[in-house]
Amino acid sequence: MEHYTMNLTLKVWRQENSTAQGRFETYQVSNISSEMSFLEMFDVLNEQLVIEGKDPIAFDHDCREGICGSCSMYVDGKPHGPWRHNTVCQLHMRAYKDGDTIVVEPWRAKAFPVIKDLMTDRSAFDRIVQAGGYISVNTGNAVDGNATPIEKEKADNAFGAAMCIQCGACVAACPNTSAMLFTAAKVSHLALLPQGHPERKTRVLDMIAQHDKEGFGSCTNIGACEATCPKDISLSNIARLNKEYRNAALVE
Amino acid sequence: MTWKRAFTSSIGRKIVMSLTGLFLILFLIVHVSINACIFNTLFDAGDKGDTFNRAAYFMGSTFLIRVMEIGLFVLFFIHIIQGLMIASNNSTRRGTPYQIKYGNRGSRWYSRSMGLLGTLILLFLIVHIAQFWVPSRFGQLEEVQVRNGTAMVHNLFLRMEQVFSHLWVVILYVLGCISLGYHLAHGFQSAFRTLGVHNKKYVRMLVVLGNWFSILITIGFISMPVSMYFGWVHQ
Ligand code: HEM
Ligand code: SF4
Ligand code: FES
Repeated sequence: MEHYTMNLTLKVWRQENSTAQGRFETYQVSNISSEMSFLEMFDVLNEQLVIEGKDPIAFDHDCREGICGSCSMYVDGKPHGPWRHNTVCQLHMRAYKDGDTIVVEPWRAKAFPVIKDLMTDRSAFDRIVQAGGYISVNTGNAVDGNATPIEKEKADNAFGAAMCIQCGACVAACPNTSAMLFTAAKVSHLALLPQGHPERKTRVLDMIAQHDKEGFGSCTNIGACEATCPKDISLSNIARLNKEYRNAALVE
Repeated sequence: MTWKRAFTSSIGRKIVMSLTGLFLILFLIVHVSINACIFNTLFDAGDKGDTFNRAAYFMGSTFLIRVMEIGLFVLFFIHIIQGLMIASNNSTRRGTPYQIKYGNRGSRWYSRSMGLLGTLILLFLIVHIAQFWVPSRFGQLEEVQVRNGTAMVHNLFLRMEQVFSHLWVVILYVLGCISLGYHLAHGFQSAFRTLGVHNKKYVRMLVVLGNWFSILITIGFISMPVSMYFGWVHQ
């Protein structure tokens, strides 16, 4: 694709801290290369702000290659921006053209309070994982991978669910502000594997209890989460979670 | 885990919604089948609403059916209260609203409007119960003799003709039925997912089945007030 440069107008949410009243600020950036990533474009803007003696925009990022789940921008009405199956760090400026206006907001959820500007506190997810998203085994020598045969399809589905990078886009997109796709991914990936079976009942009950305690909404099978998930986590994981819950809650 | 906790977690509440919703669907099937008896007048000039009146009479005639009727009211009550609570709880979880809405990506408007559609159904239900169930149970209806016997039954067919002679009532019923159709278009398949059906093959089948069911139920219920209003069906 041919290289080009563009001038853009950005409307970005600015908020001093979790208790401050936030507001949108408008910025102009010029000569942005079509080959830059979206976050590089923000780096350019931040350098500009620093030179002007202003406070740069705080935003989360780490790997910038779509695997860590840190980046979290709600761009023009969609978490992670316009591309499908993509994190905002992997969004590139060729998605835009000269003169475009881009509106950038943080994830909006009471369970993800804003720390500053576009940064949110997503530790609620860590607490959901801590409630049961693990298997209790003693460490020691690595077990031979072939010692436990696993059906190919189950292994694939477990891997598909384990792809979740814990970014929180599903919560940001959900009209109910539910974290059910995330929780379903974490429950499914262990429920599908033999190693996850011994704790499968307590796992689902504890993780759902924590999910509810964190103040997320409940799932009504809408599907907005699936459409925004950068890792294409399937909605059917939520139905599998429901089954895990049913089997655990009705007998335990 | 206590029973109470099992049914009051976020998923537990969904299970309650789906079970009550599925029972209400069964009720709808019975209801639309009984109402369809009015169309026997099209094939049998001597019917004069008799088939329908006898079927409707049967639905209040035995002790067992009366008990089931109470059960049905309880299910409606649970489904409505719980549904309104879920919808209002979920709407408070966002905090600051988005400047730009996420919109239709990955979902349809009716799946996001179950509370609104349910409320429209509820308003319709109140009118509907006041127009038919109350007069029928508390006996202010004219009686007629059944065709081949001496028993007397309520002339609900006549009641329908009277009620559906007003255009505003017919419009209200059509809107009520359309709300129900959209509620079911999402609710039917959603209920099965909530109960844990995750096999893609079955989910796909249930989505198609749910859509056809919603369309047929809607057309079925709309056809009755409309054909009475236009006089296609009469005594
Ligand atoms: C004959 C009438 C009705 C039928 C057959 C029906 C059926 C259903 C079904 C099958 C579901 C799906 C359950 C699930 O997703 O697990 C549902 C959900 C729901 N219903 Fe109803 N319903 C009826 C009336 C009402 C009324 C009167 C209200 C409220 C005033 C209502 C409010 C809701 C709400 C808020 C949901 C939750 C949405 C969801 O979980 O997807 N419904 N209904
Ligand atoms: S399910 Fe998808 S959208 Fe949700 S946290 Fe995991 S990767 Fe992000
Ligand atoms: S910065 Fe790691 S996924 Fe975007």
